[in-house]
Formats: sequence, C-alpha cells, structure tokens
Amino acid sequence: MTLPDGVERHGFDGETGLATQGDPVYGEETDGAWRRWDPHRSKLGAMLELGMDTGLGGGETVLYLGAAAGTTVSHVADFAGPTYAVEFAARPVRDLLDAAESRPRLFPLLKDARTPESYAHVVEPVDVIVQDVATRGQALVANRNAQFLSEGGRLVLAIKARSEDVTADPETVFDDVLATLEAEYEVLETTSLAPYHDDHLGVVARRR
Amino acid sequence: MTDGWFAGVDPDDADGTAAAIREGSADRPKEWPELAVEASFAEDTDDYYDRLHAATMAATERAVAEREGADDRQLVHAVRAMSDCERTANELAERVAEWGESRSSDAGSGVEYARELAATGGDDPAGEALQSLAERVVDLDDEAQRLRGYIDRTAPEVAPNLAALAGPVLAARLLSLAGGLESLAKKPSGTVQVLGAEDALFAHLRGNAPSPKHGIIYTHEAVRGTHPDNRGSAARAVAGKLTIAARIDHYSGDLRPDLQAELDERIETIQSRTEGDK
Repeated sequence: MTLPDGVERHGFDGETGLATQGDPVYGEETDGAWRRWDPHRSKLGAMLELGMDTGLGGGETVLYLGAAAGTTVSHVADFAGPTYAVEFAARPVRDLLDAAESRPRLFPLLKDARTPESYAHVVEPVDVIVQDVATRGQALVANRNAQFLSEGGRLVLAIKARSEDVTADPETVFDDVLATLEAEYEVLETTSLAPYHDDHLGVVARRR
Repeated sequence: MTDGWFAGVDPDDADGTAAAIREGSADRPKEWPELAVEASFAEDTDDYYDRLHAATMAATERAVAEREGADDRQLVHAVRAMSDCERTANELAERVAEWGESRSSDAGSGVEYARELAATGGDDPAGEALQSLAERVVDLDDEAQRLRGYIDRTAPEVAPNLAALAGPVLAARLLSLAGGLESLAKKPSGTVQVLGAEDALFAHLRGNAPSPKHGIIYTHEAVRGTHPDNRGSAARAVAGKLTIAARIDHYSGDLRPDLQAELDERIETIQSRTEGDK
C-alpha cells in the first residue's frame, strides 16, 4: 500500500507504526524528528493503517472538518500543504492553537462545519476534505462542504454511527449516510475502522 | 469586488484582519491566495499564507477566549468545581471517620465529625496527622460553600428566569450538563427532563430498562415533593417551564415572573391527584 509522502513507518518500542515529522502535540512517542501517529487515536491514521486508498499523496491543500484538539490535523499538516482546520468547540481549540503555533501552514478556525459560508471567505478550494465530526447529520455536513473541493477532489470521511443514532444498528446508519452522500459524491471505498475504532466506517469518495 | 477576508483590510492591522476572519462570510470559496496577491494584499502566496496564519491564530485565540470567558461558562466551571469539592470532602471525611473510630469509641461520621476533630488538638503523632487530615476536609467543605456563594450570586445574572425557577445551583447544574445556556435553550423539554440521567436513558434506549422519569431536576422541590406516582408528570411540567425559562434567558433576557405562578399552579394540580386518591 502507498502512504502519502511525508508519512513513514518507524519503530517505536519494538513496534512499527505510522509517523510524520513535526513538533510533538499530544505526548506521542518520537523517533528522532518523527513522531508516532497512533491509529487508535486518529481515524485517518486508522484508515491509512488499514490500507485504504485515501488518495492523499502529500502536499495537498486540505480542509479538515472536526479538527478537535488537533491530534490528527497536526499529522495532516506535517505532510500536506496548506491545511484549514475547522472546529466548533472552544475548549479543544486551545490545544489546536498550540499544535498550529509551530505549523505555519495550519490555519485554525473556530467555526461551525454546518455553516460553510462562515469560513468560505477564508478557505480556498482544496484537493482533499478530511471529515471527522461527531454530530448528527454527518453526510449533510459533507454535502454542504462539497463546494470546497476542486474538480475530482477527494472526501476522506470517518462516519461515527453513534453520533447519528445510538440505538440503531450501525450498518443501517452507514447505509443511510452513504445514500445521502450520493447527492454530491461518488463513493470509492468503505472500510470498517475496527479494531481501532468501534462502530466507525471509513469512507473515501470523489466529488461528482 | 471580492468578498475574501482580506478585502478592504490593512494587511498590517492585526485587529482588522482578526475581525475579518471572525465576522466575515462568503457564498462560496474562491482562489483566495491568488486574489489576495492580485489585490496587493500580499506579495506572493507564501507571504499570503504567513499573513493568513497570523490572522487565523489571532482570530481563533480571541474567539476562544470570548467563548470561554462568557459568564455561563464561568458558572459551569464553578458548579463542577463545587461538586468536586463536595465529593472529595465527603470521601476524605469517611477516611477521617474510619481512622477516628480506631482511636476512640465515640467517633462520629461525616464532614461534621471532621470539623469537630479539626477543632481539637491531637495528643500524639497519629492524632496530629488525623487532625491535619480533618482540617483538609474542613477546607474543602469551606471551599464548596464559597463556590456555592459565587453560584448563588452569578446564576441570577446569567440566567435570571432559570435561576428563579430552578434555584441557582440547579440552574448551574443544568447549564453544566447541557454545555452552556445556548445549548440548554436549544434542547427540547424532554431532553432537559432527563439531563443527568444519561445512564438510565441509554439503558432504556437499548431496551432493557424503563425510561427515566427525571434527571438532575429531581432535586427540584416540585419533583421531589410530589408523590412517586405523579413524579413523571411533575418532572414533565418542571422541565417544560425550565426549558421556556432558559429560552427566554438566552434569546430575550427579560424577567417573566408569571412562569413561577404557572408552574406552581400546574404542580398543585398534579399533587392534588394523589391527595384525592387517599
């Protein structure tokens, strides 16, 4: 499988794991300038670990929706180009700001991913959208943000079943979300993120 | 004319660029880096990205500070801190009581006993250690009282109607569970009714438990003071009025004393049902 340029496998304590080069953010293990990208803590990390073809090659312009404290987006900014990080909750954004401090091409935005017009004056058209938002209506968020994708751009999405409906069968939830995505995207690949994340589905899609 | 964040802003004006990031909007994204260079906002795209980084960092820092500094957030922190102090004081008081029992047959229990112990001197090294621990319990309990005082003063400012109807501490607990006044105001009354009973609610949704009748609003006199048979109705009525109160507090902010009268009347009707049965 091909990892994006800037993502490599390194040995940590006898185990091999994904790693990127950058300032440590959340106390992760390091190997020289490389810091471990823990797939248990990052859905995108899990997708790469599971061999999904995310279409990420390194150096892309990225819009990251649901950046939270910056765990994953800091790794993305390490290997991608200009990276726009949108997060709605104020509290984790304090940590996101710390991660962005040493990353001059990581742009933190305290905005609501459900209202793209509130950041469309800042975010340029991007090559890839990475989405990990824990809210009901994850597919609608993706659809509304499709306008940010350049021609043929990719959506890399982690669907959390429990955010849509805690009581429903995850498979039913995934089917509903994928059906809604069809309005704006062509789904290329789906993979369960087990054993790293329970009841999560990794999705790679292309803008129609 | 472009509607990018940099339009009409002096590139070196830190306040202006931060405000533009925070307050601006656009119908759709455009190639902002190129447009900014064309508009002579930046020399080249590298310069643009440097400026964008500075502006987004400043804007987001301010937005976070503002959001976190909002009074309802302070209230949420205070009520959580109060619960922590109370819980820790009780836990340590149990330890003090257990220790005290080993030294004297007439040892009491609880924070009260710790207060007694703290006021008397220890007569050997172990007694001194126990007394010192008891003092910590007293300090924590005092701190909880001080926090309660802060909540009593602040809750009526943050959410006057909610605090009047629920009492300052319950109002603050509801804000804490909902994550702030705005989110509480946006919750349906049925959700407010079971806030704080999430474990029971999810057990119910999984299908192996009855639905919870009430969450933290159980501490409201109108719920607790109602016969168990009618507590569900009382909880529904209280949650309904508290939800309305939170919405008024968030969206308009004026005082509606008649809410209390309406709630009292409704609770009276509910409570009279059981009395009639007797």
